[in-house]
Amino acid sequence: MGVTEHISKAFEADLDATRTRVLQMGGLVEAQILAAIQAYASGDAVLIEQVIANDERVNGYEVAIDGACGQLLVRRQPAATDLRLVMAISKIVTDLERIGDEAEKIARMAKGIHEGGAHHAQRFPAIRHMAQIAVKMLRQALDAFARLDVASAAEVLKEDSAIDDEFRSVLRQLITYMMEDPRTISASLETVWVAKAVERIGDHAKNIAEQVIYIVKGTDVRHTSFADIERELSKE
Amino acid sequence: MATVSVASSVESRPQPSAPLVPKVKASGLSFYYGAFRALKELDLVVHENCVTALIGPSGCGKSTFLRCFNRMHDLYPGNRYEGEIRLYPDDINLLAPGVDPIEVRMRLSMVFQKPNPFPKSIFENVAYGLRVRGERSGRTLEGKVEAALRDAALWSEVKDRLHQLAFNLSGGQQQRLCIARALATDPELMLFDEPTSSLDPIATASIEELIADLKKKVTILIVTHNMQQAARVSDFTAYMYLGQLIEFGRTDELFIKPKNKQTEDYITGRFG
Ligand SMILES: Nc1ncnc2c1ncn2[C@@H]1O[C@H](COP(=O)(O)OP(=O)(O)OP(=O)(O)O)[C@@H](O)[C@H]1O
Ligand SMILES: [Mg+2]
Repeated sequence: MGVTEHISKAFEADLDATRTRVLQMGGLVEAQILAAIQAYASGDAVLIEQVIANDERVNGYEVAIDGACGQLLVRRQPAATDLRLVMAISKIVTDLERIGDEAEKIARMAKGIHEGGAHHAQRFPAIRHMAQIAVKMLRQALDAFARLDVASAAEVLKEDSAIDDEFRSVLRQLITYMMEDPRTISASLETVWVAKAVERIGDHAKNIAEQVIYIVKGTDVRHTSFADIERELSKE
Repeated sequence: MATVSVASSVESRPQPSAPLVPKVKASGLSFYYGAFRALKELDLVVHENCVTALIGPSGCGKSTFLRCFNRMHDLYPGNRYEGEIRLYPDDINLLAPGVDPIEVRMRLSMVFQKPNPFPKSIFENVAYGLRVRGERSGRTLEGKVEAALRDAALWSEVKDRLHQLAFNLSGGQQQRLCIARALATDPELMLFDEPTSSLDPIATASIEELIADLKKKVTILIVTHNMQQAARVSDFTAYMYLGQLIEFGRTDELFIKPKNKQTEDYITGRFG
């Protein structure tokens, strides 16, 4: 992908503005995850409400960016890289919006758990660790999008199996708890849902990385094994 | 006017597995206007019953290329061809000195950017090529004129005024009349040079619809400045720049993921 600019300055500006908004939305969504995990750990009621309220802003971004994509299609009839970019953005915002939903879900579960007065601090470290991986994946996927960096996008795809492993390990740990002490079942199940939400965030980050590969390479790598993707990307 | 439908649905495009039969094949084609070399060793295959779009910036040689097929350049002294354009299934070189340009023109036909009806009636415009070829029977002429007008989707609009002057038709109708005139002689290959650039969206859509229909019978090579039109009507697209063929490929692939940076810059409207 070259650095050559469009002859139409307005088109160039519109594309840039849309790209920037995706990154802003990404920043907001990332903050939402961090706040949701924080709220889950601390039970901070103000923070919980803030995450829930902020989801409206995430939704607003999705609608606005999708609208901008529609405008670009109608007014500019983009082709090649531009077409792939617009199509990818329209998919990326859906994933970002879903990540936002997962963050909101975590905040609502945190509300339930803490209002119920349950204590299960021992589960936090594992969830936190998973969340760190998910946030790292999201950040890297957005960074790959900003720089159109395929190598970086490919790393995100690899990370996804790490988060899946982590999820299975949390699950095993929780099953052990539940078997040893059935009184923890209800709280443990809540934790499973939180872990699942975090795992979904990883999946969405992976989808975003796949779209970056599509923009740059024009290859659809969804539903493809990592080994095949690496082989595909090494081709020129 | 009847409702306009989508010119060519994705499903109707040839599948990668469908066998492609070459209709014409240009190889090593160069063309000189005197000392100026307007085409540079062009290689291009046009597949039978497919629409091939020729795109590229103004002055890159698209019209020059089309005019090679029907030997229109022969009309001017100092013009010179190199290489060949072979027409199949006969496998004859259209540019060979022994080939009669008049014979060649009978098997191909060209439609230009501006509709150019002759100052005659609608009927006589379409009958013209047939008369030139020696057709005398009024019955045959009537039958063939009607068939061509039907194929050009103009019949219902003109059947009651066949003997009026062609100039009374609207621009879009005149262009379809020119297509009917081109069709009347049963060409194997139709060459369109920006056929819709002077038409409104409805007239354009009906010409595009017509092209999609015609390709069942004939092979089509169309020059267009409208990228969306190329994307809509063609199965294959060729991108030309400065007299050279830069990229040739399936239209869907070329518009989503062109292989060449120059093609990419052109179709996305960037500085080269
Ligand atoms: N009769 C002529 N004598 C000399 N040069 C010519 C002649 N006709 C065209 N040319 C030159 O040949 C080149 C190709 O012209 P051509 O008309 O084929 O371009 P084109 O791709 O059809 O452009 P457009 O999109 O503007 O119709 C141009 O540089 C043009 O100036
Ligand atoms: Mg021209």
